[in-house]
Amino acid sequence: MPEKNLLGIEPLGAEDLNRYLDQADNFLGVLERPIPIVPALRGKTIITLFFEPSTRTQISFSIAAKRLSADVVNFSRATSSVVKGETLLDTAKNIEAMKIDGVIIRHSVPGAAKILADHLDAFVINAGDGGHEHPTQALLDLMTIRQHFGRIKGLKVLIVGDIAHSRVARSNIFGLKTLGAEVGICGPPTLIPREIEKLGVQVFCSLDEVIKEFDVIMALRIQLERQKSGLFPSIREYRNFYGLTRERIKKIKPHGVIMHPGPTNRGIEIDPEVADGNKSLILRQVKNGVALRMAVLFIHAGGKIE
Amino acid sequence: MKESDIRRALRRIVHEIIEANKGIRNLALVGIKRRGDFIAQRIADIIKKTEGKKIPIGALDITLYRDDLQLVSEAPIIEGTEINFDINNKIIVLVDDVLYTGRTIRAAIEEILDFGRPKKIQLAVLIDRGHRELPIQADFAGRKVPTSKKEIVDVFIKETDGADSVVIHSYRKKQKDTKSGQGKTPRKTKVKQLFITGEKNNA
Amino acid sequence: MNRILIKGGRVIDPGTNRDGRFDILITENKITQIDKKITPKGAKVIDARGLIITPGFIDLHCHLRDPGRPDKETVESGSRAGIAGGFTTLCCMPNTEPVIDNEGIVNYIIKEASRVGLCRVLPIAAITKKRQGKEITEFGELIKAGAKGFSDDGDTVANANVLRHALEYSKIFNVPIFEHPIDNNLAQDGVMNEGFSSTRLGLKGAPTIAEDVIVARDLLLAKFTGARLHLCHISSKGAVELIKKAKQEGVHITCETCPHYFYFNDEVLETFDTNYKVNPPLRSEEDRKAIIEGLRDGTIDCIATDHAPHTRAEKELEFTRAPSGMIGLETALSLCIMELINHHQFSWLELIKKLTLNPARILNEKLGVLQPGLPADIAMIDPEKRWRYTENRIQSRSKNSPLLNRELKGKVVGLIVKGDIKYLPGNKDV
Repeated sequence: MPEKNLLGIEPLGAEDLNRYLDQADNFLGVLERPIPIVPALRGKTIITLFFEPSTRTQISFSIAAKRLSADVVNFSRATSSVVKGETLLDTAKNIEAMKIDGVIIRHSVPGAAKILADHLDAFVINAGDGGHEHPTQALLDLMTIRQHFGRIKGLKVLIVGDIAHSRVARSNIFGLKTLGAEVGICGPPTLIPREIEKLGVQVFCSLDEVIKEFDVIMALRIQLERQKSGLFPSIREYRNFYGLTRERIKKIKPHGVIMHPGPTNRGIEIDPEVADGNKSLILRQVKNGVALRMAVLFIHAGGKIE
Repeated sequence: MKESDIRRALRRIVHEIIEANKGIRNLALVGIKRRGDFIAQRIADIIKKTEGKKIPIGALDITLYRDDLQLVSEAPIIEGTEINFDINNKIIVLVDDVLYTGRTIRAAIEEILDFGRPKKIQLAVLIDRGHRELPIQADFAGRKVPTSKKEIVDVFIKETDGADSVVIHSYRKKQKDTKSGQGKTPRKTKVKQLFITGEKNNA
Repeated sequence: MNRILIKGGRVIDPGTNRDGRFDILITENKITQIDKKITPKGAKVIDARGLIITPGFIDLHCHLRDPGRPDKETVESGSRAGIAGGFTTLCCMPNTEPVIDNEGIVNYIIKEASRVGLCRVLPIAAITKKRQGKEITEFGELIKAGAKGFSDDGDTVANANVLRHALEYSKIFNVPIFEHPIDNNLAQDGVMNEGFSSTRLGLKGAPTIAEDVIVARDLLLAKFTGARLHLCHISSKGAVELIKKAKQEGVHITCETCPHYFYFNDEVLETFDTNYKVNPPLRSEEDRKAIIEGLRDGTIDCIATDHAPHTRAEKELEFTRAPSGMIGLETALSLCIMELINHHQFSWLELIKKLTLNPARILNEKLGVLQPGLPADIAMIDPEKRWRYTENRIQSRSKNSPLLNRELKGKVVGLIVKGDIKYLPGNKDV
């Protein structure tokens, strides 16, 4: 019996993770059909509440919900424009009054999804809460890795970039570790959060030294405002040391692959030739994203919660 | 119903299918998971033996089309539908083990139609046990068995259960159609506890 | 003549180093006799058998939000919360609206406290005008009006030169300067302790060095000026070590911690409950243990509450937007008993000293001691009483406590302030 909500990867065990991944593999088939829509969630109403702009994730969730015949309502507003005094809790109470079955929330504050989950009967899917977790991104990354290599256990995965502010990194570390991968993280020490080794990951500063050791290189999006807050001196220097450049990826293992949660800053953390190259799984990640989110919605909305 | 009875019933179904469609031109089989797909495979094998030709065969997992998804406590694991041929203008013979309320067949028809526009859809079942809740009839039935709604019909086949047999149980507690209970395999132990096993003479 | 006899209790008074069964006689507003056995002779007798009798507690650090935020707390509601927790004296911090930086507001608080008449309320005035960290306030006038110390609490005096002058100037009056030691550049917009928990939860961390750096600077300034510096709400292991060393070198320095820093560690933040958001933040388990050791070895002089009321609406905001602070007057003693006495085997004398004698000494007040001739501020504690801290029970106007609905152990069941019985054992409201 899965939890009512999907708030993060950290609490999930291998069995839970595999359940999402297996189900997602099956939904890939649905996407290949002439009419890629099934009536599984007919009559269900799902709202996507995006308090932080993320067109891609919101679209991916919307498509997934529509492919399952759910009614989808999309709402997006930047947190900064949320009127003072209007709390997430108000929003939750309004949602409750409208009898919505499920909520997909993206918010800039860690724990925001949990606030909703604590106050709603509807199921809540966390689509990213600040620097905390982004469970569906990690699941689709796991799905993509498993699809490509046929396994996750024993693979060596390197996550490169701004680990400190990245929910994608956190969720992936939790999921990869649970499924038996070896995880390395690499970035400037100003972007590596304290005591992260306690999560069982190895920390590296020099990408050039370690890139050849890993099967999967996962680049993270670098937020340009981090440079302004003095965490690294310039975009140019960041690219020189941590960018997945054409030259640098020549060093990776012959069977090694490149991943990125998107959207990419092309020419900064990843060169266009690398993003579009034959080692890149980026578009596969996007495609898998819809199937994975269908699986998540089906699992959380499909059955009556007792 | 024993192994030999099942074999004979399937042979008769094949005969009737070919008779009704005047051959096997444009014919394709689609089995409904679980068990319907294996029965469809056996029918295809018999057709191959008698007609000397393979016909296209597919399998449906109707989970995503079920009308009782809200009633089950947990979202079931879907197994995937495999239809790897063009169904347009084909005569599709849907194959299932037991025809009961008709709701599974309704879901299967809906799913088939999402794959294209077949010329005809026909229905072949091993057992027709009555008690329809929708206006659906089998074109080809291995055996019609009058049952009480309080009874349950279990079809066991070699491919999934190790041996062929059909058993009718009477049981005390109210239990849903086995199909909507999502197969017998995952809940076998639970289901068994609910039944008094005892073969009926007419089975 | 109004006489009260507290009979049969275990008297614990660090000021006289007393721990034993004594009777205490109160005449009018003063203690008149403490003896093994006192005959009532017409005095009202309080049966204190099974109870612990101590001086009333003195909180060096609370926020009464008066003037300015009566929706959060007032002198009246704060006093109610104080006496419910066993406090007979509250020092209220000046980060009010307007700031306590002139005699008018000091006068207002003192008048208000005497109108309310529940406990002593001693105003702490701002070190700098409007707490802007630039020009020091009129210490002399403020002290004349009744201020007992100075603090820009809520903010460090970031400019070391301003703090130097404040410390030097304070020597005229021999009053303590209460520093809030956090470097805002290092803490940035951190909302919890920086460490493994913040890494797990993705919440922005404020590092312990933000505290340690200012503590180190302030210790040097205290040594340099020879003034009386008191460091507020110490929460880090590093700060405890620095203070311990300075004390060993003979620097005249005092400090406090708060119950939440020895009762909770930063792992509780995984609930994302904004009631755990405080400043400085709840620290790691290692820091928590260092705080307990600092209390044990005397490095930390006092336990203050940093009672910080906030409205429900504010605390219902998302974690990063919610204000810092938790209420603590009514739960402080229970946390001390559960953690320090029961779990870490502190002696009662040790504990009570940090709630009574030591803060009184820092304030230079003749309080916090049970001695004939001194004011009758007395708390009666049932150390075994189990009670639930429910919303109905909260006397504070705000309810921002993570201990809400939890069962706690140990409670003040009787309180006397200036010889006035505020409540007595057996009172069902207690």
